[in-house]
Amino acid sequence: MTAPPSPDEGLSAADLAAKYGLSVSGARPSLVEYVRQLWDRRHFILAFSRAKLTAQYSQAKLGQLWQVVTPLLNAAVYFFVFGVILEADRGMPREVYIPFLVTGVFVFTFTQSSVMAGVRAISGNLGLVRALHFPRASLPVSFALQQLQQLLFSMVVLFAVTVAFGSYPDLSWALIVPALGLQFCFNTGLALIMARAGAKTPDLAQLMPFVMRTWMYASGVMYSIPIMLADKPSWIANVLQWNPAAIYMDLMRFAMIDGYGSENLPDHVWAIAGGWAVLFALGGFVYFWKAEERYGRG
Amino acid sequence: MADHTTEARIPTVIADDLHIVYRVNGAKTGKGSATAALSRMLKRGSDGDARGVRKVHAVRGVSFIAYRGEAIGLIGSNGSGKSTLLRAIAGLLPAESGRVYTDGQPSLLGVNAALMNDLTGERNVILGGLAMGMTREQIKERYQEIVDFSGINEKGDFITLPMRTYSSGMAARLRFSIAAAKDHDVLMIDEALATGDRKFQKRSEERIRELRKQAGTVFLVSHNNKSIRDTCDRVLWLERGELRMDGPTDEVLKEYEKFTGK
Repeated sequence: MTAPPSPDEGLSAADLAAKYGLSVSGARPSLVEYVRQLWDRRHFILAFSRAKLTAQYSQAKLGQLWQVVTPLLNAAVYFFVFGVILEADRGMPREVYIPFLVTGVFVFTFTQSSVMAGVRAISGNLGLVRALHFPRASLPVSFALQQLQQLLFSMVVLFAVTVAFGSYPDLSWALIVPALGLQFCFNTGLALIMARAGAKTPDLAQLMPFVMRTWMYASGVMYSIPIMLADKPSWIANVLQWNPAAIYMDLMRFAMIDGYGSENLPDHVWAIAGGWAVLFALGGFVYFWKAEERYGRG
Repeated sequence: MADHTTEARIPTVIADDLHIVYRVNGAKTGKGSATAALSRMLKRGSDGDARGVRKVHAVRGVSFIAYRGEAIGLIGSNGSGKSTLLRAIAGLLPAESGRVYTDGQPSLLGVNAALMNDLTGERNVILGGLAMGMTREQIKERYQEIVDFSGINEKGDFITLPMRTYSSGMAARLRFSIAAAKDHDVLMIDEALATGDRKFQKRSEERIRELRKQAGTVFLVSHNNKSIRDTCDRVLWLERGELRMDGPTDEVLKEYEKFTGK
């Protein structure tokens, strides 16, 4: 082992690195720099989400048709169980209840699948994380985006169902756009939080389905919260109605269904919807970024 | 340390007492049954460190300095920590302790993990390029080059078919072609890249030489002593995660061959 004679002899590794302007490999960038890097990767994020979406059904004979058929079958099952067998449609005429239920199922599924994809975003893609450089937030954001595209397919079904039960497109349908936008922000933030948690504890992937199911039953996907809880203290209904899943479902129902008016919405509904979105999007992003240099550890 | 010239040598990669530890879940005591896992949990309580987690100390205190213009070979028996060391230099595996300083962003040659078998070769070229950080324009510019280099279309229009329909050789060729399409500052090449038939092997070796010329510093992991001798002027020999020897290629390879009993 020959040590070369050099003017740098005797310098410590850190000093030597400083002298030649070397930086620590794999260090976490500043928050601003991180946002910039993520923006630079926007094409990758979009391409990755679309690739995942396409790959999903590419082996099936019906191919991409399943994007629409799957949510339709889902809605049919829920209608059979809750509308026909359990008669959870209390207080609503059938032409309101069926679009009410289908909207609820689709909107909740959007959040649910974003969470489930988020949990596995890092832990299920360790190969990718350990092979290439990119801001790791690209993965959860990309998965949330994939779910948004999936939902847009479901919207075709939703429009058809709503129109079939007598609610025709009018000006209030324009509210779908801000409602979906806010929910997407909320979902992305939640996916980022779940991605960090799932990277540390992969077991969450086993646990989350139960958490999500509890959340679904508590959020009034298949029943109206104020009507079902009419004989309970009013704060219970209020708390349930303010939870983000219920808020986003109610906004979408209000926008689309003629027989579902503003009397079904809690007070300050848009402020609450915006608050949840901002809180989770910003909080989730910062929380995810804080552990950036640790993703990929075995 | 090939040239002992007096001109100032510029370091590009500095590894300072680097340790890498993998944590493997559910590999402790060899018993994987649910009851075993439960009893472990009960016994150890919430002691997060010990619950069925086994540590593998893959790299132990490696230090070296690589300079601009060097081509460094990494040798050692299977499981000696060569690939792990490469990933740590690239900043892809967080270090347990110690540090790696680098000039710019070192990159591993390889995009396998970003590609999807259910997508067409065409879309994989774009996806792989984006994953490596190329812009859409750069990919468009190089697209034809990548496809031609891979030779996928020599036997018909295969690039528009899903990658799962490719033979393993064809898929490997496409993967290499995508990976080799980007220029790198500090380039790291893991062994067994030159796959495919004889013709493609020749072509890819040539491409690696080209990439080497453009890159500032090159690391090459290989079990093929001939390719190390051909391309590298300095060799690091790792054994059990420790740096056993670091020096000019001939010296280290001689010792290594003695060690492996060749």
